[in-house]
Amino acid sequence: MILNAVIHVSMVLFLSPLLLGVINKTKAFVAGRVGPPLFQAYCDLAKLFRKGMVLSRTTSWMFLAGPWVGWVSVFAASLVVPLGHHRAPLAFQGDMIFLAYVLALGRFFTASAALDTGSSFEGMGAAREVSFSSFAEPALFFGFMALARLSQTYSLSEMVLGENFKVGPEKIASLILVTIAWFIVLLAENSRIPFDDPNTHLELTMVHEVMVLDHSGPALGLILHGASMKLLLMGALVMDVAFPWDPSGLADWFMFILEMALLAVLIGVVESFMARLRLKFVPNLLVSACLLSAFGFILLVR
Amino acid sequence: MDGALNYLIILLVLVNFLALGSSQIGIVIRLSAIQGFLLGLMPLFMEGWGEIHIPLLCLAIIAIKGLLIPSLLFKAMRDVKIRREVEPLLGFIPSMLLGALGTVLGLVFSNHLPLLPLHKEFLILPGSFSTILTGFIMLTTRHKAITQVVGFLILENGIFVFALLLLQTMPFLAEIGVLLDLFVCIFVLGIILNHIQKAFSSLDSNKLTSLKD
Repeated sequence: MILNAVIHVSMVLFLSPLLLGVINKTKAFVAGRVGPPLFQAYCDLAKLFRKGMVLSRTTSWMFLAGPWVGWVSVFAASLVVPLGHHRAPLAFQGDMIFLAYVLALGRFFTASAALDTGSSFEGMGAAREVSFSSFAEPALFFGFMALARLSQTYSLSEMVLGENFKVGPEKIASLILVTIAWFIVLLAENSRIPFDDPNTHLELTMVHEVMVLDHSGPALGLILHGASMKLLLMGALVMDVAFPWDPSGLADWFMFILEMALLAVLIGVVESFMARLRLKFVPNLLVSACLLSAFGFILLVR
Repeated sequence: MDGALNYLIILLVLVNFLALGSSQIGIVIRLSAIQGFLLGLMPLFMEGWGEIHIPLLCLAIIAIKGLLIPSLLFKAMRDVKIRREVEPLLGFIPSMLLGALGTVLGLVFSNHLPLLPLHKEFLILPGSFSTILTGFIMLTTRHKAITQVVGFLILENGIFVFALLLLQTMPFLAEIGVLLDLFVCIFVLGIILNHIQKAFSSLDSNKLTSLKD
């Protein structure tokens, strides 16, 4: 139990930047380049944490609270997400709502810090981020409702335990629908390609990157690490639903690592073959994700 | 076997949502072709398809709804040189939401109908209501005549799903007759489209209201 909790936390803290490396390697492979090394994200983080910070005189304490609260909220959220069907360190009835809103709290502070700089550019990014996530939230919640209906519990850790998925073939359809919808939500929430390009800076169309333009040094490092943890925890949610097998001790942790690598490769492939959507069409895709997971839920209720 | 039919119907409903949400006419036509293939597979998963005429019927449906009619529509689309549906009466997101609402209502409604116990576990009725409503939304809210034709096609697909309930008693001749009617109808509509395009240099059906002799 304690061993599992230690593995859980250390995986969230130390494994998550590797996902970014796998995604970038996949993109480089598809494009025929060598690409950055697999551990580039770790090097970036180490570099950022050793640097000093530049603070604008117009900013207040809010500007530094943004990265900190953002990081802490993602870490708190990761404590309730079961990684690979192992019970999460923190599990209680209703922790799915805790997960959704603790992430929203972090987003609130990141957006507030962006507004605190007084730059209209960052305000635009904050407005976009907040409005897209309000479209993504129903998709997430309809998926939670479907899982809760299937397993008769409101705790994420109990929802994804293997035996709840041993259901008739007609229930599998709604699980597939929820998986697809959550994958779209994952791409949107982590500002991956059809929604936002993580590689561009200084463009008028970007969403998440624009909010953190003024952060530097350790603050930017916290933001980057928080983003990679968020990718890991959303990916764990998707993969828990997609691969419903029972936990079997330590072997399952390796399964989980394989699953996450698979997911990272999948994201890399999606990013290689898709262009970013025009901003006008982003709500369309998110609303379709909502419809998918809502449809999955309705099929279970029938 | 029972599950497979439900999967096909779920796919059909998802295709409905896609068709409501996409603005490119080419994609909408392709989606209706996919629906034709799905419809052609459905009777095979119903009970009692041992009768010889049902596989034949499936082949006919796939050939006509999945291949022939879409190719006609593509030809019409090339002739009139229209690619996109711009600014429909009801936006793409609202029409998707309306379609989803219709699906939910269809599910609720079909629970209250006195069905045969054989048909209870299938999603035939909700799927059919959803598809009919999708076709209806496309018929009423899109401006371009060619999208309206596709809407009519999807509406007919919904009626066909409904008719799956009567598969055992439906005579072969009647089904083939319906398919032939549909084919002729689309054929004629394609010709009409061309004429509208020539006479008015636009396919916007709103402009037809100002028609004078």
